[in-house]
Amino acid sequence: MAQNPEELFLEKIEDEIKIEPRDWMPEAYRKTLIRQISQHAHSEIIGMLPEGNWITRAPTLKRKAILLAKVQDEAGHGLYLYAATETLGVSRESTVADLLSGKAKYSSIFNYPTLTWADMGAIGWLVDGAAILNQVMLCRTSYGPYARANIRICKEESFHQRQGFEILLTLSRGTEIQRAMCQDAINRWWWPSLMMFGPKDSESTHSDQSTKWKIKRQSNDELRQRFVDMIAEQVKVLNMQLPDPDLKWNEERRSYDFGEINWEEFWNVVKGNGPCNKERLEARRKAHTDGAWVRDAALAHAEKQKNKQRAA
Amino acid sequence: MLNHVNIFYYGDIPDAGGSASENNKNNFAEVNWPLWEVFIRSKQGLDHKHVGSLHAADAAMAIENARDVYTRRMEGVSIWVVRSEDIHASNPDESGMLYEPANDKVYRHPTFYNIPDSITHM
Ligand SMILES: [Fe+2]
Repeated sequence: MAQNPEELFLEKIEDEIKIEPRDWMPEAYRKTLIRQISQHAHSEIIGMLPEGNWITRAPTLKRKAILLAKVQDEAGHGLYLYAATETLGVSRESTVADLLSGKAKYSSIFNYPTLTWADMGAIGWLVDGAAILNQVMLCRTSYGPYARANIRICKEESFHQRQGFEILLTLSRGTEIQRAMCQDAINRWWWPSLMMFGPKDSESTHSDQSTKWKIKRQSNDELRQRFVDMIAEQVKVLNMQLPDPDLKWNEERRSYDFGEINWEEFWNVVKGNGPCNKERLEARRKAHTDGAWVRDAALAHAEKQKNKQRAA
Repeated sequence: MLNHVNIFYYGDIPDAGGSASENNKNNFAEVNWPLWEVFIRSKQGLDHKHVGSLHAADAAMAIENARDVYTRRMEGVSIWVVRSEDIHASNPDESGMLYEPANDKVYRHPTFYNIPDSITHM
């Protein structure tokens, strides 16, 4: 009759009942979630930097307003996710400290530079496009607060992808130089976008606990394939090419075959040797240090108000 | 350690070769603003609903931050904020006991009663 908490937990997972913060959960489940959700949060926050780079240089006021709104959304996504991490019993300060110290990871895609305006289009279309596939899946993840954060994120994310595609569409219908800029951005962002889905499924030698716990519901390769199939069609509308000579429709699989990812580059960027790893962390540290007086002043002000109220 | 979780996902980036050392972590740890729970009324006539949490130095800042974080697309017409530490919650481990009194009182539901089909408006 009396079940042990672990059995109860697994039964809930089996029955698609969400796990909520105060429910009993295995320590490894909690740790996996803390790691995954905080990395996701850091990715949103660091992800603001490559795009923030172009806010002052957007070609029109309309594009500037759109980009500003998009970057603000990313800050919001980071905050939803940090809040979800906190429900697992780690403080915001320690999570942020892990990012700033370089201990915590974030998505490697943001360690690539944004060289031209077309990169704003390629990021929205490809990078947000890849992120959406992942986040749509995570709307059904087994941990309640993480699922709810992803639902909120997904509602906002589709504008991000559409504005990116529209930037590229406009360029693709422009002058020769604009078309070349569009193709160049696609060339540079295509492979890193494929890497966003992580190592191949075959790289995993151990049992996949994340899937058993329903934190994750589709494999890296499944999501990556879906992404390729989607983008390979959409790129035709742009009249552009994906930089992969092996990309080919496979009638038998009803899917696109594609070339081998440069895994050496992948691991290199993960290990901190990407083009912008240092710059990104420096920027976050500077923002944190420069903002210290604001945080202190706000606390001091709140304290003063409280004392005034008490005295009155 | 988590050595049985070996597969890496997007949003779950391998830890290989981090550039940090444990001791430089402490440079960034500091006391921060308290945590607040946010409740939003999405339109007149509906209840306030819990939407998430955030950090702020005081209530006024919590409301302003809630506006920026949770209502960027007109999701609300009214915001409540409550210090998280002021929320008292039932214990999920005791939920069996807590809700037990309601468990055997099916007669509280209208479907418990057999009424002839010919009776309408009841
Ligand atoms: Fe985002």
